[in-house]
Amino acid sequence: MITNTPKIDRRSFVIGTAAVGAGLALGLKIPFGAGVVRAQDGSPEINAWVVIRPDDTVVVRVARSEMGQGTLTGLAQMVAEELEADWTKVTTEYPTPGQSVARKRPWGNFSTGGSRGIRESNEYVRKGGATARVMLVQAAANAWGVPAAECSAVNSVITHKPTGRTTTYGKVAEAAAKLAPPAEVALKDPKDWKIIGKSVKRLDTVQKVTGAQIYGFDLKMPGMLNAAIKDCPVFGGKVKSFEAAKAQGMPGVKHVVPVGDSAVAVVAETWWQAKTALDAMPIIWDEGANAKVSSATIADMLKEGLDADQAFVRTQVGDVKGAIAGAAKKVEAVYAYPFLNHAPMEPMNATAKYTADKCEVWVPTQNGEAAFAATLAASGLPADKCEVYKIMVIGGGFGRRGAFHDYVTQAVLIAKQVPGTPVKLLWSREEDMTHGRYHPVMQAKMRGGLDASGNLVGLHMRLSGQSILASVFPQNLQDGRDNATFQGLDPSGDFTLGYTVPNLLIDHAMRNTHVPPGFWRGVNINQNAIFLECFMDELALAAGQDALEFRRKLMTKHPKHLAVLNAVADRAGWGKPAPQGVHRGLAHMMAFGSYVAACAEVSVTGGDKVKVRRIVCATDPGHAVNPAQIERQIAGSFVYGLSAVFMEECTVKDGAIEQTNFNTFDSMKIAQMPKVESVIMPSGGSWGGVGEPTICVAAPAVLNAMFRATGKRIRTFPLKNHGYQMV
Amino acid sequence: MARLTINGKTLEVHVGPSTPLLWAIREQAGLTGTKYGCGVAMCGACTVHLDGKAVRSCVLPVASAEGKQITTIEGLASGSVLHKVQKAWVDYDVPQCGYCQAGMIMAVAALLKDKPKPTDADIDAGITNICRCGTFQQVREAIHAAAKA
Repeated sequence: MITNTPKIDRRSFVIGTAAVGAGLALGLKIPFGAGVVRAQDGSPEINAWVVIRPDDTVVVRVARSEMGQGTLTGLAQMVAEELEADWTKVTTEYPTPGQSVARKRPWGNFSTGGSRGIRESNEYVRKGGATARVMLVQAAANAWGVPAAECSAVNSVITHKPTGRTTTYGKVAEAAAKLAPPAEVALKDPKDWKIIGKSVKRLDTVQKVTGAQIYGFDLKMPGMLNAAIKDCPVFGGKVKSFEAAKAQGMPGVKHVVPVGDSAVAVVAETWWQAKTALDAMPIIWDEGANAKVSSATIADMLKEGLDADQAFVRTQVGDVKGAIAGAAKKVEAVYAYPFLNHAPMEPMNATAKYTADKCEVWVPTQNGEAAFAATLAASGLPADKCEVYKIMVIGGGFGRRGAFHDYVTQAVLIAKQVPGTPVKLLWSREEDMTHGRYHPVMQAKMRGGLDASGNLVGLHMRLSGQSILASVFPQNLQDGRDNATFQGLDPSGDFTLGYTVPNLLIDHAMRNTHVPPGFWRGVNINQNAIFLECFMDELALAAGQDALEFRRKLMTKHPKHLAVLNAVADRAGWGKPAPQGVHRGLAHMMAFGSYVAACAEVSVTGGDKVKVRRIVCATDPGHAVNPAQIERQIAGSFVYGLSAVFMEECTVKDGAIEQTNFNTFDSMKIAQMPKVESVIMPSGGSWGGVGEPTICVAAPAVLNAMFRATGKRIRTFPLKNHGYQMV
Repeated sequence: MARLTINGKTLEVHVGPSTPLLWAIREQAGLTGTKYGCGVAMCGACTVHLDGKAVRSCVLPVASAEGKQITTIEGLASGSVLHKVQKAWVDYDVPQCGYCQAGMIMAVAALLKDKPKPTDADIDAGITNICRCGTFQQVREAIHAAAKA
């Protein structure tokens, strides 16, 4: 067998001359202090964010994770901009969570979710680059015996302006690393940006096209064994018994072990041997009371919540009940949105090695610190005896690998039973599909009242369904209320509702299920945008008004929402005749700090074959760091969102998820891909998200167009359940 | 035990005859560019060439690959010179997470052998790989670019 030493091994740091372990035990006074902190290859760290090699290579440390969305490249752009680095010499590496703990979190939060990678860290990351630049310039000035104010840096070259002397970052890095950092640094005016805002190519492409990129699934270590696992198919259930002897005699099998009280793993020389033996081994489950739950019982529970007296109120303006009761025209509709699995292409996996005084984990994760916490908890070892190495590239995250590290826990629990041997735990697709952290199930009853002129005088949006926070971060509930449920419907902030309605009530009857919910790309804006924006079309129809004009009247106090909506309407030609057989639909939303809108063009043939021809999308993310990557995120988010609305749901039977693979949980192919045209219109002054916001506008825009094509309003999903086929 | 020829090199793999070719490639030959995505031939992440034709190796028993030329993503380039499809992928910045892209590239390379100048309809019919990141617009652009290269 060929052995690949994972690259991440080399990327751990050596702190000064002290061994890493000793340094951790002592608690280090870094990043800034007497000793120079060095990367493993001996190159000096200017500060926690920047290492400069003698050949002028700039190594930018990135704490957030690259799962495909281009975060690695975007964050490197931020540092390089303020560093005045030569972009062609920039490379990246990940610090480890253990080092973060030892160094008192110089890199801040590792979490890569909620479209936060850039929008949350942009300021301190840019300051990291600016601080390093000031130190490098000072070091050059010191060497020349001139004031630093007479020197400037461009493209990794420092120039003493009066004499024209030059030097490079690589030549002064050693001296710069010994300097005290400046207390304050000024950041560049956005108008002076040279790298931020440019469509630079991604830094991580070549290895992905040659097969050389090592994902978590691909790790190899000397002496490593492979594990396959089955967890109880019913959430909350346990293992009653298993016939280990049936697996133990099979080729390659080394160990059959329980994992916690709900799972069993087979550990073998190869994963295929482990999986084959696991499949041959009878396991009896104690499924518990949840085995009585089905999609129908869950739907009934949510339906009851639609009219329940008690609900968590998010927004209450005026007297909505009175306004609707007294309205000239009343409109009411009930929508429902299903459970969804993330189904990243790379199934869950983690590799763990445990000895009595050390536990190491190699894992593709959206949150290195959360993976570290899971390692500590499962190993029972203290922080200075644990380390987590993030795999450089993740084969898709979409939220599954952020707050949840059940696979890390499992890998450590298995490794503890095979001490001294690295064990790579790989989930089969079937395990991944049936043990997700699912998009929450939700229903909504929408009630609206129109006056005689067709003006919206009252709107009540009652949500009924699962709370993610109640399950995952109950400490973040506010008096029991889950504000994340209302994403896109908030009175202010990063998820602001774009309409002003004189009488408005938005509330949530929390109805939780045993199916564990999670943060699924876009999270609650997916269903909220469908509920709200489809219903706005229903109201416009009832008012006898154009869908765009009806919206515009309610948006005068929301100019940024209106700007993106107008942009897609103009670009798509709203109000002008569409080609024969083509119908248009609109939607807009604000989410994760970005304003987004879409206009879809759809044709329906034979009554059931739906072709999404074109979607014009506009986004105002405040600052646009890399427009080419934003375009890719827009189109990619549409694939994820439209796959869901057309063909995906996870249903529950006897307490377990029924869909086990892509044959029952399908995903769009290239033939179904619409032409996506992006309008990126950054208005500056803020940092909005990119990975998630646009996902939510594709579905309602398409659904509104489908209504115009068919005259039928679909309110439950996926569309395949109504006979519609995406072509 | 089976005798496989992968990227021009012949090796013996110590697996049962029903073991899927994918796992012989990954765990015996140690070539991990070819990915596991579903195990049921739905997603195409495991696509390799068998005598020049694209096959989904996760459901192909090792026994039926014996005596045939197997090409994986690692064998697509000629030394350090990227295959025209790989080059187009770099030029158009196609991959996002990249996990499915080895299979996608192998499927496209086989398509271009059959149809050197594919139409959009040829691409739609011939490329059925799943990409959850949804980088299909760049895939289409890059296929047309590779066809012109």
